[in-house]
Amino acid sequence: MRYLHTRNRAILSEMIRTDFKVRYQGSVLGYLWAILKPLFMFAVLYILFVYIAPIGKSVPHYGISLLLGIVFWNFFSEATMIGATSVVAHGELIRKISIPRYLVVLASSASAMINLGLSMVVVLIFAAFNGVFPSISWLLIPIVILEFYVFTLGIAFALSALFVKFRDITYIWEVFLQAGFYASMVIIPLTAVPEKLRDWFFINPIVQILQDARALLIPSGNNLTIWNSGATLAVKLAPLALITVVCLFGFLYFKSRSKYFAEEV
Amino acid sequence: MSNKEVAISVKNIHKNFILSQHKHTSLKQVAVNIVQKNNTTTQKVLDGVSFDIHKGDFFGIVGRNGSGKSTLLKLIAGVYSPTTGSVELNGGLTPFIELGVGFNPELSGRDNVFLNGALLGYTRKQMEAMYDDIVEFAEIEEHMDKKLKNYSSGMQVRLAFSIAIKAKNDILIFDEVLAVGDEAFQRKCMAVFREYKKNKQTVVLVTHSMENVTTLCNRALMLEDGKIVTIGDVKKVAEAYQKSNIPANSTADKSPGQNLIKISGNKNAYEIGDTMKLSLSWPTSQNISWAGVSISSVNGEHLFNTNTGTTNIEGDSIDYEVELSLGPGEYQLAASIKDVDGNFVESRDKIATFSIYDDYSTTVGGLARMKYRYTIPKKK
Repeated sequence: MRYLHTRNRAILSEMIRTDFKVRYQGSVLGYLWAILKPLFMFAVLYILFVYIAPIGKSVPHYGISLLLGIVFWNFFSEATMIGATSVVAHGELIRKISIPRYLVVLASSASAMINLGLSMVVVLIFAAFNGVFPSISWLLIPIVILEFYVFTLGIAFALSALFVKFRDITYIWEVFLQAGFYASMVIIPLTAVPEKLRDWFFINPIVQILQDARALLIPSGNNLTIWNSGATLAVKLAPLALITVVCLFGFLYFKSRSKYFAEEV
Repeated sequence: MSNKEVAISVKNIHKNFILSQHKHTSLKQVAVNIVQKNNTTTQKVLDGVSFDIHKGDFFGIVGRNGSGKSTLLKLIAGVYSPTTGSVELNGGLTPFIELGVGFNPELSGRDNVFLNGALLGYTRKQMEAMYDDIVEFAEIEEHMDKKLKNYSSGMQVRLAFSIAIKAKNDILIFDEVLAVGDEAFQRKCMAVFREYKKNKQTVVLVTHSMENVTTLCNRALMLEDGKIVTIGDVKKVAEAYQKSNIPANSTADKSPGQNLIKISGNKNAYEIGDTMKLSLSWPTSQNISWAGVSISSVNGEHLFNTNTGTTNIEGDSIDYEVELSLGPGEYQLAASIKDVDGNFVESRDKIATFSIYDDYSTTVGGLARMKYRYTIPKKK
């Protein structure tokens, strides 16, 4: 058992290493792109929503809120999209060796996770320049990220197993992501949503996660979270329940399908 | 059969692959398939296979293409799961089927060693300790920092094999690994395999080389259409495999000539020393008075011929009995006939072919099998 454990760890770390080495090979700026991509998007959206359609002007530290949202959303879309194709992309490996199949999905999520880590450093630096001072509440951000990671993994497992049989799934998911970007309050502050509708938005775990992360990052920002919004207990528990359901489905479906991956992929 | 400890026990394995006519990889096709069912065919790849491999066995699996060998190996390795039946393993197994699994062309040779090593079950630290040995065995020290895609295929294979032989586990499995590399490298590989054999390492080897089966393996099985047709003694398995490879019809030439000579009574294959019986016949109208046959190797080396000389044939056929003092291999038969005036009526270079089964003798070889004996005088 212990042997298996170290063995799987070794495989995982080599796969992550490979992924990272190969991804930015031949590009001049290399890993910097992992940070530059969200920054460029941030610049565009910031100009758009602060100067042209100023919905964010009244929100304190809107720039930091927006950047954090983009960084989180980037992680989510990257981890789920790469995760969805991971089993098929490693078909060669899966057809020829009986390593635990979940390693492939875990490895694919790791590079998105590393990007998130790098981007978070940038977010914190930006925050400091923006007059948001380091606070003890920052220490809780990793817990929110962990919740986010588990949710993302659950989706990645489900999608990757589905993708083996139904290659349409990535296109469907792409459309879903596009809608999700707006539904997850990355750009629009939640306060801009009519009070009656807010509960519905909170059911989306990403809204709960993002608002919690914003509140922890900018304690002075009066951020609206699921906990201080006056939502009913049922709504308060809804995101966690949804994450649990998605993960259970994802892991169990993946597990039941994984023994056929070698012949179907 | 024996009281040796079992390493792998394969119990009544069936493996079916469901093949859909149109592989439903999109939702539209799924919808179509739901509406018009029975769009699938089931292919039975393995059909009730049971056998045990004991600890210390060097076990060979042979069979023609499509017989299910690789599927069987993948089931043993846990890559596939059986439709019904089970595989029981007693001990750790290196799940290595092919060489260089997981090799990434964009990575350097060095990085690939570590990646491949991890798949074999080694940590980075353990690989670092072995790295120099691996590179030395592969003989590509100076290329290790080049990307793998810039390697020749021979270099890639050498690197892969050098890593693979570092695998240490209770059971090792290999699929067709000995068919790679140049002669010098193959000799090196054989040395490694002989070492396994000497050390009583449990090995499962899939191969097309009957020479490997008979020299390396102590037990073997042959698959045909997903079933075991022969199991046990390596020579019997090798012979069965060889027989399965002989074409059903001898490949006589279809020369555009008149094809007057007809041959009958001959077989496709003989054992060494068998007597080949055959008859040649021709239309009565040809007034044939002379006939001859000859045997040559497939490479065209003339080995034997005989003719009726001055004996006058008056009928329309001739029967032959030839004792085949030939070694194992492929041969071809030629026949010709002359009319009463001494002119060739027809001459066919390849009227039939036949094989001589290999006896896997390690002490006798060559195209001819001659009667011989030797004595070794006592040393004074």
